[in-house]
Amino acid sequence: MKKLLIPALLSALIVGCSTTPLPEDNAGAPVESRSGSGTGVASVTADGVDANGLPRELTDPKSKLSQRSIYFDLDKYDVKDEYKDLVAAHAKYLVANKGFKVLLQGNTDERGSREYNLSLGQKRAEAVKRSLTLLGVKEDQVESVSLGEEKPKNAGHDEAAWAENRRADILYRAADGRGEF
Amino acid sequence: MKMNAMSRISRRIFLAFALLTAGLAQAQLSIEITGAGASRIPVTIVDFPGDPAASRVITGTVRADLERSGLFKLIDNAGLAFDENAAVNHADWKSRGADALAAGSIGRAADGRMEARFRLYDTQKGVSLGGAAYVTSNVQLRAAGHRIADFIYEKLTGEKGVFSTRIAYVVKARGQYLLQIADSDGQNAATALTSVEPIISPVWSPDGGRLAYVSFEKKKPVIYVHTLASGQRHIVANFKGSNSAPAWSPDGRKLAVVLSKDGHSQIYSVNADGSGLQRITQSSGIDTEPRYAPDGGSIYFTSDRGGSPQVYQVGASGGDAKRVTFEGNYNVSPRPSPDGKSLAFISRREGRFQLAVMDLASRQVQIVSDSNKDESPSFAPNSRMILIATEVGGRGVLSAVSSDGRIKQRLSVAAGDVREPAWGPYYQ
Repeated sequence: MKKLLIPALLSALIVGCSTTPLPEDNAGAPVESRSGSGTGVASVTADGVDANGLPRELTDPKSKLSQRSIYFDLDKYDVKDEYKDLVAAHAKYLVANKGFKVLLQGNTDERGSREYNLSLGQKRAEAVKRSLTLLGVKEDQVESVSLGEEKPKNAGHDEAAWAENRRADILYRAADGRGEF
Repeated sequence: MKMNAMSRISRRIFLAFALLTAGLAQAQLSIEITGAGASRIPVTIVDFPGDPAASRVITGTVRADLERSGLFKLIDNAGLAFDENAAVNHADWKSRGADALAAGSIGRAADGRMEARFRLYDTQKGVSLGGAAYVTSNVQLRAAGHRIADFIYEKLTGEKGVFSTRIAYVVKARGQYLLQIADSDGQNAATALTSVEPIISPVWSPDGGRLAYVSFEKKKPVIYVHTLASGQRHIVANFKGSNSAPAWSPDGRKLAVVLSKDGHSQIYSVNADGSGLQRITQSSGIDTEPRYAPDGGSIYFTSDRGGSPQVYQVGASGGDAKRVTFEGNYNVSPRPSPDGKSLAFISRREGRFQLAVMDLASRQVQIVSDSNKDESPSFAPNSRMILIATEVGGRGVLSAVSSDGRIKQRLSVAAGDVREPAWGPYYQ
């Protein structure tokens, strides 16, 4: 968004200081309504936030920060190496945006004790929290909770479903209270 | 395994009833007996003279209870009806194969209510084993039947019967969670709590009047205590993070609970009104699923402090914990038996989650189920049967297994998943 504002500001300066004719393609161009084509209507919010009120940077599928899930091995709650970059990216964002908070929800697969799974989900959320705080995120920006096996994302009963449910999710909330939790 | 050698009772008893809930008006609960003890006591219950409908309810309840226990073989009463004062032809009943016989009647007590009277006979010795009278109302006839069955059970086996007890469990159906209370045979189900969020881990107070459980209705696990008769409930623990796995102390004054307020699950004790919080365990791993030993002096719990979830035991006010389970890398949900002699838990063996029972004196462990997804064991108050949640055909059902694994019953609700069973204390 900042990139788009700069030409607009420049053109305003040009208008104010010079009699040079404006380049035609710069005059009055809408800042952020170029995504639609044909009869489709793309919904756009003027200040660059998504429907939850979060910056697109956090939800645009092209942004790494839109990846919010960290997957775990059976019975385990250590954050695997393959997720270190993802956690680091979220840590960097939270360090730079101290008004933002995250809720970490730990989940498990359906097998075994419900109560043990509740504790296991807590440990998974807590492991992500520890990774974030070690990278400089403030303690009060992060809350970890567990859903245990109670809210499976994949309702199946096979290895693929179980793997998908052994997971911690990162939910964001902006300083103004808007967000995903 | 063992089951194959066992006699299989093909007879199924389907007990249908209408649940008194708007959401589950068509729910049916059925009980299937899938195993029985090796030697069963042959017994006859003759019809009670008087009101035939009332007699059918009472004697039907007694017969079904005894049959379901797996310890009795019902001998046909040849349609005969006589009361508790009639002379019994012991030789005749002995020749029909009955070692014991019960006869009775239904009359009116002085206050106008119904009175079920009965007497139990030993036909081998030709003597009375005693009798009793239970004053009851028309809607409580089944309860009178359960009490007669308890009397017969105790006289003939030497152990207290549990037919008059109640069970609690959670039904998940149509996106709702129902915390239900039913008689030990699955009848008279009533819904104590309905929620769109999960309800787990119900446990009965020692006096049988209250349940503690975990409800997610505040979008996170919070522990409640719920008085069944009034429906009144209050929060016992609602700290930051998870509040779960409540367990009553044997005197009913305290609860052991699991809180993650300091980051990860640790065991605390709290008074039943929510006051007097004290930490019991101190570890950097998971400590959960506390259960008081019946003497109240120690607590069994699940911990992964040794690298995998195992059962440990710690003093009721804390201290050093000692490891109890060693076989395999997943032993959870410890439940000491009310008689203090054994410990039931769930053990994962080659990917199967099965009910295991440890004899606490010898530390011998026996796998007593042949299913794959057993959870949440709960002892009957006489320590003889263990109620578990398991899965059959992709659906959650309850299964009652004798602590030696020989006898099995299955309770299922057609309309949904049944889980999180808790067997209540003796009738008081």
